[in-house]
Amino acid sequence: MSDDKLILPLAAIRPDDIALAGGKGCALSRLDRAGFQVPFTMVVTTVAYQHFVDANGLQEKILLELNRKPFAEMRWEEIWDAALRIRGMFMNHPLPTDLDQALQQTLSPPFVDRPAVIRSSAPQEDSAGASFAGIHESYVNVRGHAAVLDHIRRVWASLWSDGALLYRQELGLAPESSAMAVLVQALVVGDYSGVAFTVSPMHADQSVIEAVPGLNQGLVDGLVAPERWILDRNTHAIVSHTAADRSQSVVPADQGIRVAALPDDAPQGLSSSTIEAVAALARRIESLFGSPQDVEWTVVDADITVLQARPVTTTAASEDDKRGWYLSLRRSYENLQQLRVKIEDDLIPAMIREAEELAAIDFAPFSDIELAAEVRRRVDRNQHWSNVYWADFIPYAHGARLFGQIYNDTIKPENPYEFADLLTDTPMASLKRNRHLEALAAGVRDVPGAADDLRRGRMDNLPASLRSSLDTFVAQYGTLSSGITGDSEGALTESTLVRLILELAARPGQSPARQSVDHEALVRRFIDAFSPEERDWAQSLLDLARSSYRLRDDDNIHLGRIEAQAHRAVREAAARLANDPTTEDADALREALSLMPPAKPAPTETAEKTAHGSGLQARQLVGQPAGPGLARGRARVVTAPQDLKAFQSGEILICDAVDPNMTFVVPLAAAVVERRGGMLIHGAIIAREYGLPCVTGVPEALQFIRSGDHVTVDGYLGIVIISPAAT
Amino acid sequence: MDAQETVRHHIHTLLTGQRLATLSTCSAEGHPYASLVAFDSDSDLSGMIFATSRATRKFANLSHQARAAMLVDNSGNVKSDIYAAMAVTALGVTTELTGAAEDAAVTRYILKHPHMAKFVQAPSTAVLRLAVDVYYLVNRFQKVMEYHVGR
Repeated sequence: MSDDKLILPLAAIRPDDIALAGGKGCALSRLDRAGFQVPFTMVVTTVAYQHFVDANGLQEKILLELNRKPFAEMRWEEIWDAALRIRGMFMNHPLPTDLDQALQQTLSPPFVDRPAVIRSSAPQEDSAGASFAGIHESYVNVRGHAAVLDHIRRVWASLWSDGALLYRQELGLAPESSAMAVLVQALVVGDYSGVAFTVSPMHADQSVIEAVPGLNQGLVDGLVAPERWILDRNTHAIVSHTAADRSQSVVPADQGIRVAALPDDAPQGLSSSTIEAVAALARRIESLFGSPQDVEWTVVDADITVLQARPVTTTAASEDDKRGWYLSLRRSYENLQQLRVKIEDDLIPAMIREAEELAAIDFAPFSDIELAAEVRRRVDRNQHWSNVYWADFIPYAHGARLFGQIYNDTIKPENPYEFADLLTDTPMASLKRNRHLEALAAGVRDVPGAADDLRRGRMDNLPASLRSSLDTFVAQYGTLSSGITGDSEGALTESTLVRLILELAARPGQSPARQSVDHEALVRRFIDAFSPEERDWAQSLLDLARSSYRLRDDDNIHLGRIEAQAHRAVREAAARLANDPTTEDADALREALSLMPPAKPAPTETAEKTAHGSGLQARQLVGQPAGPGLARGRARVVTAPQDLKAFQSGEILICDAVDPNMTFVVPLAAAVVERRGGMLIHGAIIAREYGLPCVTGVPEALQFIRSGDHVTVDGYLGIVIISPAAT
Repeated sequence: MDAQETVRHHIHTLLTGQRLATLSTCSAEGHPYASLVAFDSDSDLSGMIFATSRATRKFANLSHQARAAMLVDNSGNVKSDIYAAMAVTALGVTTELTGAAEDAAVTRYILKHPHMAKFVQAPSTAVLRLAVDVYYLVNRFQKVMEYHVGR
């Protein structure tokens, strides 16, 4: 252990110390030596990172986490889950004593009364030949030694975030050789801050400067719209200026940053002389490094400080640069709040309204040609809402993830998924439906002879209240026969609904078996972990997360209703064609029907196919632990809605994914296994609501597990053990 | 390559790439015993050949209880073994080879283990074959696939 290399001042960093100080650290050191004004900076080197990792055996733990199954087979939700567990390792393992002491001795004195900026500086950032800007974390306005140490850990962990893992895979960089240096800098609070590109990505003869009032984080995080100047690259003459609304700026909060209204007496924009000075400064930096530079700067009065400089990796918009997509995996609190308003106030009410309008239309008066037009319209609306689903609803799911990350950073729980306990018990549409089902089952259970009457279709014999409740259920949710919400087919007696009520009624009455979690205590602990000034924000974050979590269930229900209405028109058109294939407008009907996407194909390789005549069986399959607990039982493989009808109490639900439109069997299940992966996917959420062991992300679940197999589900470790049924 | 072919390929690669296996036997009193043996395997995965002195504990155990297990793995005694290494456990019934079957097995055995020629040809050495019923292939720490030979 080389103690003298753990933490270094900028002056001790040489230009070729990339492996030790990372790209940013080396660049700042060069700027400092060349006489540019840079913030006071200490570099926590990659030696310190490696020492922390080695002392806690983290390298092996991380690689074990990432090698549970082939990386290419992991969905990004699973990668996020793995990243969350890895982040927990960095936050919860102790600093080695010598590193702790070295950090105390070198960082505490200079930052005892001085707010800090904690920046990532990974060696791969410059060796990759691709920009890592924004991929790793940086934190502005960190106060106090304990907070500085905490944020160093967060920057280390950001080397293993979902975005960073995916991006490195894209670039073909091996995770095992990754390391991270961290810059601990004095915070410089400028009047104005910005970025300068010495070469415009759009025009090689021009350079670009963008600026915002206050801290540069407003620009970097996209919180404040910047002013923009295009300059002649050689003369620095201003070619054009795009103004921006100067009403807000990002300023230091007690800890961290916040968006604040710009005071009336704030400086009225940057002078042209300051712009030219920034441009000239950026060109001198370009000369120093010998390549076009992306320079971050801040100005106090007329005094310019260089915050960082890095090479411009592309001088033209590159279609191959996927960084934007990886960055989109991380959404800010502010961005998510805006999305919430759009979804809750606009999109969801519009979906409900449209589904109701579509349901109210009677096709009987429609001519064939009118019906064909109606089918086309509904297919189009279904596609529209499907697009909205991907564009707005899926990104909004990040609200729960953002909360999870902040909860874990704040509380540092032993279980990295403890945060999910604060999100449960939220009113979800499918759970409301399940409660209605449970009430119907209780009604049947409590009235002698009711089960037999229901089974034999003697509905008139049922008590009036039970009959009324049953009618209400059918009116609201259908008979559950087709797997699409609101759809009803066939006789009620033969329906999945009646079969399910009888199965629920036959077992002892029980409410959703949530494990006893003191939600209120967890919420109190979370809120109390913040300063009094920050508690409203923490409560808002929790509200946002609950809304996001709930929507992962409700959006599917609402989308299902729209889809059901499209199917209703399709069925009507198909029936007319079947009735009279030679009708005058048959072609129009056929053409309209061809527009409806086919139902989701069944998995191409099911266990029945695989196991037939084969010597191969799975003994133990690996997924991700998504709901704690251990359960054994017979497997019930569900690949189509009609499979739900056979579901019996105590069986293990094996499926591609728990569709929100099939959650009604979950109360009967002993455990849930899904081919799709992720801790926060719908099935995992519902399984946890019922306290069921759950394993998700088992790629071969449908290939190797057959209905009737004896299955053990270990929801703690994320494994499924299979004993084939006797044949 | 379908799933079964993939698993067979992994097993075959492991058995041809490794020289030693851990043989598990059981005494007449029910005591388990494990020992390292040099082995060779049938290309169709139906059996594994090994040799032992007739004076050994394993030979005595197999004389009482012919059912046995063999473990073959490619771990390298490094930390990454836990997720990178692969292991195969073969379960089956052993028999001592004699006559032409023994001669053929010895020839093959010497091809893989030329330095063991004197040992395997000694009159006191027994050449045995584990007729494999099932293989358990373990990789990525906890994934276990079961391949039944001859089904």
